[in-house]
Amino acid sequence: MTRVRIPPMLRAEVGGAREVEAQGETVGEVIEDLVERYPALRAQLYRDGDLGEFVNVYLGGEDVRTLEGLDTPVRDGSTLILLPAMAGGSPGVGRYEA
Amino acid sequence: MASYRELLARIREEIEEISAIEARERLESPDPPVFVDVREPDEWEEGHIPGAIYVPRGRLESRIEGLVPDKVRPLVVYCASGARSAFATKVLSEMGYTDVVNLAGGIVDWKRNGFEVTIPRVLSPEQRARYSRHLLIPEVGEEGQQRLLDARVLLVGAGGLGSPASLYLAAAGVGTLGIVDGDVVDESNLQRQIVHSTESLGEPKVASAKRTLEALNPDVRVVPFQERLTSENVERILAEGWDVIVDGADNFPTRYLVNDASVWHGIPVVHGSIYRFEGQVTVFDPARGGPCYRCLFPQPPPPELAPSCAEGGVLGVLPGIIGSLQANEALKLILERGEALAGRLLLFDALATTLDEVTVRRDPACPICGDSPTITEYVDYVEFCAGPVATER
Repeated sequence: MTRVRIPPMLRAEVGGAREVEAQGETVGEVIEDLVERYPALRAQLYRDGDLGEFVNVYLGGEDVRTLEGLDTPVRDGSTLILLPAMAGGSPGVGRYEA
Repeated sequence: MASYRELLARIREEIEEISAIEARERLESPDPPVFVDVREPDEWEEGHIPGAIYVPRGRLESRIEGLVPDKVRPLVVYCASGARSAFATKVLSEMGYTDVVNLAGGIVDWKRNGFEVTIPRVLSPEQRARYSRHLLIPEVGEEGQQRLLDARVLLVGAGGLGSPASLYLAAAGVGTLGIVDGDVVDESNLQRQIVHSTESLGEPKVASAKRTLEALNPDVRVVPFQERLTSENVERILAEGWDVIVDGADNFPTRYLVNDASVWHGIPVVHGSIYRFEGQVTVFDPARGGPCYRCLFPQPPPPELAPSCAEGGVLGVLPGIIGSLQANEALKLILERGEALAGRLLLFDALATTLDEVTVRRDPACPICGDSPTITEYVDYVEFCAGPVATER
């Protein structure tokens, strides 16, 4: 099993957990297993059937884009970190209102 | 028993001495020795040999290993006439410095030869007291403190992150703090925005912050920009010249705008962001080979994955921790000390109290800082962040 770290903005989709488990031989398989276990995550992470560009995935502290992407092999017992960008700070600095 | 004169004569026989002319030749060589000035503070302030380090004779033994850890580095020790430094030279040899010589005739002879001296800028007695704990740290010291006083840091946002960052930068004596924020102080801010107070409710945040920071430290000048940062005003604000930007914005269009502007101006950005119990900190410094924000996050998340603290909430102390880490990185960048956080993203989880680190690499294909940039002028950042990702849904 692989531990998957869930960012705070996605915890509602996994029942509030900070970390969940999923299975697979590659990063892509682990994430596919994850969204099968927690179907609400699929809409948040996938665009047009693929993992969205806006989600960074780290294995052993490295962005999998700099490894073999979704084909990067995952060893049993390792940890994946899912990381979308966070903006939070001062609301008075930009013209954009979320 | 030996008299002073006898003792000095004996010490001089045991050490090596060089003349002012020889010392000057060594100073101008490609690999110059370290000049160590062991006089009293008032003598140092009247002028010293260029590039010399200062350790008063009475502190020599306790401080020199912090200032010159490498004991094989060549040292030239001097005082006014060469007597006090003769004793200092002897002590340094005994402490294991292998190549240490005394400047015979001292700085008096140096000046008599017409050689250059540097008149140091000195801290006032008030500054010496205020920054005394900095002056004790070899990594800061008097030179570092002068650097901080000369430094100009631009804070994007006087909110949760900008509050602790600006307070610590002001307390540290960073001489000029620019603050960009168009908001006024609201009651819901006071749970975490500690640069403001109940008295400043309804007041522009830049005015409230300016009052707090200048009251904390009269050495600090706050330059307020009571406006939101946009593509239209960013060039005017950056034209004032900044050494470091501390980014504490709360939205993606501003994050990407700050990034693009800072890459084009070659200004390092200390990035911090927070949500509920988690914070992220890193340094973007492409001018020194590091990645930029677009290397880390090529695309903004769709709005439903990008809730603001106003929507999702934030633990009040979290921006205190993350903003303080940002101040730490900004100080290190100014002092050019330590390992900057460039290329590393720190992830802090306040609930679990864990600190994780992931690697951020420069992307050669980055549209801004990559090998062949495709974005060369400001874009519509609101549209970019609303993007096709959001409209598809």
